[in-house]
Amino acid sequence: MPALCRDCLSTFDTGPRCPECGRPRVIEHPELFDLSIAHMDCDAFYASVEKRDDPSLRDKPVIIGGGKRGVVSTACYIARIRGVTSAMPMFQALKLCPDAVVVKGRMSAYVDASRAIRVMMDDLTPVVEPLSLDEAFMDLTGTARLHHAPPAVMLAGLVKRMEDELGLSGSIGLSHNKFLAKVASDLDKPRGFSIIGKAETAAFLREKPVRLIWGIGPQAQISLEKVGIRTFSDLLRWEKQDLVARFGGMGERLYHLARGEDRRRVSSRTPVKSISNETTFFEDTADTDLLDGHIWRLSENVSDRAKAKGKAGRTVTLKVKRANHRILTRQSSLDEATQIADKIYRTARALLEQVSNEGPFRLIGVGISHLEGADEGEAGGDLLDPQARTRAEAERASDKIRERFGSDAIIKGRALR
Amino acid sequence: MEFSIERAALLKAVAQAQSVVERRNTIPILANVLIEAEGDQVSFRATDLDIEVVDQAPAKVTRAGATTVSALTFHEIVRKLPDGSLVTISDDGASGRMAVEAGRSSFSLATLPKEDFPVMASSEYEANFAAPAPVLRRLFDKSKFAISTEETRYYLNGVYMHVSDADGQQVLRCVATDGHRLARIDAELPEGAAEMPGVIVPRKTVGELRKLLEDDEAQIAVSVSETKVRFATPGITLTSKVIDGTFPDYSRVIPSGNTRRLEVDAAEFAQAVDRVATVSSERSRAVKLALDEDRLVLSVNAPDSGAAEEELAVAYPDEPLEIGFNAKYLLEIASQVDRENAVFLFNSSGDPTLMREGNDDSAVYVVMPMRV
Repeated sequence: MPALCRDCLSTFDTGPRCPECGRPRVIEHPELFDLSIAHMDCDAFYASVEKRDDPSLRDKPVIIGGGKRGVVSTACYIARIRGVTSAMPMFQALKLCPDAVVVKGRMSAYVDASRAIRVMMDDLTPVVEPLSLDEAFMDLTGTARLHHAPPAVMLAGLVKRMEDELGLSGSIGLSHNKFLAKVASDLDKPRGFSIIGKAETAAFLREKPVRLIWGIGPQAQISLEKVGIRTFSDLLRWEKQDLVARFGGMGERLYHLARGEDRRRVSSRTPVKSISNETTFFEDTADTDLLDGHIWRLSENVSDRAKAKGKAGRTVTLKVKRANHRILTRQSSLDEATQIADKIYRTARALLEQVSNEGPFRLIGVGISHLEGADEGEAGGDLLDPQARTRAEAERASDKIRERFGSDAIIKGRALR
Repeated sequence: MEFSIERAALLKAVAQAQSVVERRNTIPILANVLIEAEGDQVSFRATDLDIEVVDQAPAKVTRAGATTVSALTFHEIVRKLPDGSLVTISDDGASGRMAVEAGRSSFSLATLPKEDFPVMASSEYEANFAAPAPVLRRLFDKSKFAISTEETRYYLNGVYMHVSDADGQQVLRCVATDGHRLARIDAELPEGAAEMPGVIVPRKTVGELRKLLEDDEAQIAVSVSETKVRFATPGITLTSKVIDGTFPDYSRVIPSGNTRRLEVDAAEFAQAVDRVATVSSERSRAVKLALDEDRLVLSVNAPDSGAAEEELAVAYPDEPLEIGFNAKYLLEIASQVDRENAVFLFNSSGDPTLMREGNDDSAVYVVMPMRV
């Protein structure tokens, strides 16, 4: 059976230890060198970045999340052992793990780390489909002749390089389609490398619960359980037309997934539909100055991401959550698409006026949608606001300064509110 | 209520009414049209609470009365009835149904009480005047393309109709702008309009008004107050609230010192712009104009999809200039020119450009250039 050493990347024919370096981190699988669809998922990504950047955190439980009112966005493996999971309310997490160090996320550090990983993935294949900052699909079909090595070797090399050069670990799932690759990457976390081959697909899925499927949440589980579907073998008993009749388009997908079939391609060009950012406050607030400062920071973040993607939005949305958790959104379309923070801010600020008597708020968010490509030539200027073009140019100039000297090199006074 | 009416007259009246009704309605009565029959007239009234239209049509009324039915359904029924049919409409006031009969077809429509129908409060108008339909048509047709759709700049979501001064002459003026382009159209001031307060006529009202202006011979009775505007033909009365806001001081936006003068055949220019813009798939396509001694080169360079260039012979006596515009904006202003050549007046590649027809200052357009 083909085998691969994850430490020295040498390949050999089966065995408990690597004949080259003698270490035991060996993967063997009959289809090891034939599979080429992979999913890479970083291990406790945000927490790992924090631990890397602050070694004093290394042996402590670390939770990334906002304030006493927020939720857990990531917990390190030490905290996970105590039962902390992501999306858990912070107070509950702290009850389970009172000695946890709570770190307010540093998004820019995560973005930097994510970019560095992306560059490494791009070395493996041009077909990389990121799902978020810390996970991505890769299609390595046909790359073996280029790399003079099969995909499995390259993927083992990728996680090794991430550990050596970035101090971050990840888990790989390797299979013959996206669905199974994603399932596989989760089987042996952290530092995992799992394979689901074609031959074993049916046996592997049979007794697994259907919630394994990405997109089957608690609601969908309830409606599936109503008709007696809990596991993949339950699904196999259904005819295709019955599933479609009952669940629509999802039924069709379930029918194929139950058989381990997933024809979706790994696509490096998944269109982005909107760019948004939001923040939850430590305490509910109706303070306009404070909200104003938040709107500016959120607008700037949205603008930065739009600029990085070369996108501009034709609609600006403001979202607020009232003290009673009711969400209100207001949006305004623009006559010309924008990626300029100043324009996003001014529009969102005008939208805030429309809801200002609904406060106090516990959350505020800003976003742009109806995205289109933004060329450098953008910024048609505004006849009625002659300063708009000057402000946009000042913003482009300060972008360049921040690019060169770091994101704190130059900021607006209102960002300090 | 019971009356008979010719299908063509009914369709015309109901069509106008139903177009005012909002498609997505949360208040059921607003989806309805109020039908009132009295004397030898039937009126159809519809509203979205901002605009109210009342359409009158002659009919043979056998029993006076009033009721309301779904404007959309009623319109669909009348539209599908055979041309030339005589339609009889009746309502007994008790069953909650209105009957529509024509030939062998009969319909029964659910009604809502006429008392629930919100009738727009009448108001005191500060100015009442009459204007020929073609004059109003020109004022609004040539300005409406520049209306802004940005909800946060609500005061730009309409056409600013007001009295102004042009070369010492009082004029009736319509201005619209979205900050990227501006249209300023003047017409001779109708008698009795001098006292009119300036009002911002909302986009939807401009669209509805257009349907009243088809007849070249018609005189439109216009009434204006601070809060409302009314346009009336003998058969149709359109009343609308105006936008409660201050239209910005547009006069400082219109450049007066632009000296570089380009004269070009508008149709030829528009076709060329349209052709070169084809290579770019972006929604805001930038077209570059390179001017040099009676020569205009239009070009588009879209790094992802391609490039295009076209040369035009023009009249341009000034020093060379390169300037970029949004192709859509150029097409829209060029299509406003219908008699003479288009005259563009430039200053620099970063300053607003002015366009007019020949030397006619009664319709001027301003466009903001793009960086190319």
